[in-house]
Amino acid sequence: MFEDKFTRVLYIDLSKKSFAIKSRPDLFEKWLGGSGVGIQLLKEECPKNTDPFSPENTIIFAVGPITSLYPLASKTVAMFKSPLTGNLGESHAGGRSAVSIMMAGYGAIVIKGKSDIPIYLSIFDNEVRFHDARAIWGIKDAITVGKIIRQRETFSGQRSIMRIGRAGENLVSFASLNTETYRHFGRLGLGAVFGSKNLKALVIAGKRTINLTDPKAYLRVYKNILDETTSSLMKKYHDLGTAVNVLPLHEIGGLPIENLNKISYEGAAELSGENLAQNYLGRRIACTGCPVACVHIAAFRDPHEEEKYFYKTSMIGYDYEPIYSLGTMLGIKDAKGFLKLMDRTEKLGLDAMSSGVALAWATEMLNKNIVTESETLVKFSFGDWEKYIEGLENIVLMPNDFYKALSRGTSYASEIYGGKDFALNFGKNEMPGYHTGAATHLGWFLGARHSHLDNAGYSMDQSLKGDYPEPEKLVDNLIEEEANRQILSSLVVCFFARAIYLNFDNTINCLKTIGIDLTKEELKELGMEIYRQKMSYKTQEGWLPSHLDLPKRIFETPAPFGKISEDYMKKAVDHFRDRLEKDFQ
Amino acid sequence: MRIEIIDPDRCVGCEICMLACVRRQGFGGLAKSKIAVHSSGGMEKGFTVLVCRACSDPPCAAVCPTNALEVRKDGGVNLISEKCIGCKNCVEACTVNSIFWDNEANKPNICIYCGFCAMNCPHHVLYFNKEWGKKNV
Repeated sequence: MFEDKFTRVLYIDLSKKSFAIKSRPDLFEKWLGGSGVGIQLLKEECPKNTDPFSPENTIIFAVGPITSLYPLASKTVAMFKSPLTGNLGESHAGGRSAVSIMMAGYGAIVIKGKSDIPIYLSIFDNEVRFHDARAIWGIKDAITVGKIIRQRETFSGQRSIMRIGRAGENLVSFASLNTETYRHFGRLGLGAVFGSKNLKALVIAGKRTINLTDPKAYLRVYKNILDETTSSLMKKYHDLGTAVNVLPLHEIGGLPIENLNKISYEGAAELSGENLAQNYLGRRIACTGCPVACVHIAAFRDPHEEEKYFYKTSMIGYDYEPIYSLGTMLGIKDAKGFLKLMDRTEKLGLDAMSSGVALAWATEMLNKNIVTESETLVKFSFGDWEKYIEGLENIVLMPNDFYKALSRGTSYASEIYGGKDFALNFGKNEMPGYHTGAATHLGWFLGARHSHLDNAGYSMDQSLKGDYPEPEKLVDNLIEEEANRQILSSLVVCFFARAIYLNFDNTINCLKTIGIDLTKEELKELGMEIYRQKMSYKTQEGWLPSHLDLPKRIFETPAPFGKISEDYMKKAVDHFRDRLEKDFQ
Repeated sequence: MRIEIIDPDRCVGCEICMLACVRRQGFGGLAKSKIAVHSSGGMEKGFTVLVCRACSDPPCAAVCPTNALEVRKDGGVNLISEKCIGCKNCVEACTVNSIFWDNEANKPNICIYCGFCAMNCPHHVLYFNKEWGKKNV
């Protein structure tokens, strides 16, 4: 039996500025939480073929039954209709978001409708308030918005403040939702959905007690998992953060550079986790309940442009993916340039990954004379970060038709302007930073949220080392991995802890301490069923992957274990389509 | 002090000390935590750790109208829960803001100096001084 407060769903109607709290044990008992519950709520609340920017689009935040109870159970799942892909939007973030939702007394929050004026929401326990946000709409910097709300609201120092920047207000299809300054519901445009609802921010907190079925076992199971976490994960991600991956990926030739024209360049050492730590690292922070503290923040000291000896120090978060997208993809060779791009991306409230890939595509379009400077307005050149700062601003301000198109993503822009072969999007989502082989590209092309974390193809590539099975088998393996990961995203735990929680004994023991008895087989079956639910939503909304939509560039630039075969990919995609029809409708 | 904050600059804000405190009491959640970690004006500014200093002459005990806070020989106080009327005077009196209110029980969260928070801190911010109060108090 789940505890009462966890099974509560908070329904907020922005049009009516009203809310209701409903008890939904039916939902949580069947689907656990997170992704499992999220996709059901999306199906219940968001009608078929909903326009992502219409009031009918629904934002769902869901946490899981072990949120705040176990190490790394620190993530929130957001579900919505994505303006970038026109299909399933699913984005995960940590910070304090998950524990705050759980402590406020909810397992999920559903936000619908559209406010007539800009507002922000505060949610403390049973109280939901609608605040006037007209004065903070249009503020240049999303970080400032956080500061203003911090001063106005209660639960100082222990709340989650989710907010959008100008990118979200202006409906850039890949605008992100920032939480606690350094974490993001980054992908698939949740920030723009907030903007379309005139919703600037959401602050949430609470303090409550969770009663346990077996407190003694809880102490024991917690300790085992904490010990495993601190011994295995701590070293890798605490020391250098996710940026630890830059040099190893560059060394094997899996790091995409300059719009994936290259896989090697002299800037890798400069943008490496080692260099950033030695010269810039100013602070490490953690999501609530996670000992790892992978969040790395650079203290960046920069002279004021007009005044000598007047310095300012900015605290700028960095991770592997933005280093790839705003750094290597744009051919940036100095850390300073990367950090400036990172900082601007944060202030504007853009998804760093899609933004970097979009600007890399625009640069190649310009280099190939497919468009001219009259479209791009800026003479982009790989490595010239100052030009890309202007590019980021233009994506948000949309001064001409080219940027209006680019702000809808590279898939849309390349439909209009050409250059599809090197517009590096998969399922209309811009690619993550791994050119490791067939599995990674198939993984995010066929994955439910077109993320490298859907099924970790990048990891399969690196363990297969070029010795690929038949394409059908590879696809089956990717599907199985993605199905298993639905358990993680329904508990909800950070995927860094996948080895710990996909050791099913750990998960079974965790659930027992809160009175849930599930076997390994039942958990695996549930994972597969959640995967099926997501796939059926995607097909309902018109998704059917075709190998013809794969950007040709991935076949041209060699991957670490050789060039990727088009024929192999075609067979794999065809097999996936068969399985989609047969098993996952 | 008994729970020593030896290096607050190492704090990453994971709140594992708070969760440990509540777990030690047989619960989950944050309402019963006797230690607190706050960001100090945004995550970029780092964190403040608040925990009872085990004062030898504790102001919290001095303002309790019902003698629910009993001064310990070795410093700090014990809460005699059945005497507490929930007036919150102790919260106001604590100069270092280290008495937290349990809204659900309407009682103060008073540290019992078990050291479980320090034992669980993954980043060596906290140190449990077992010798505290033995010689000097």
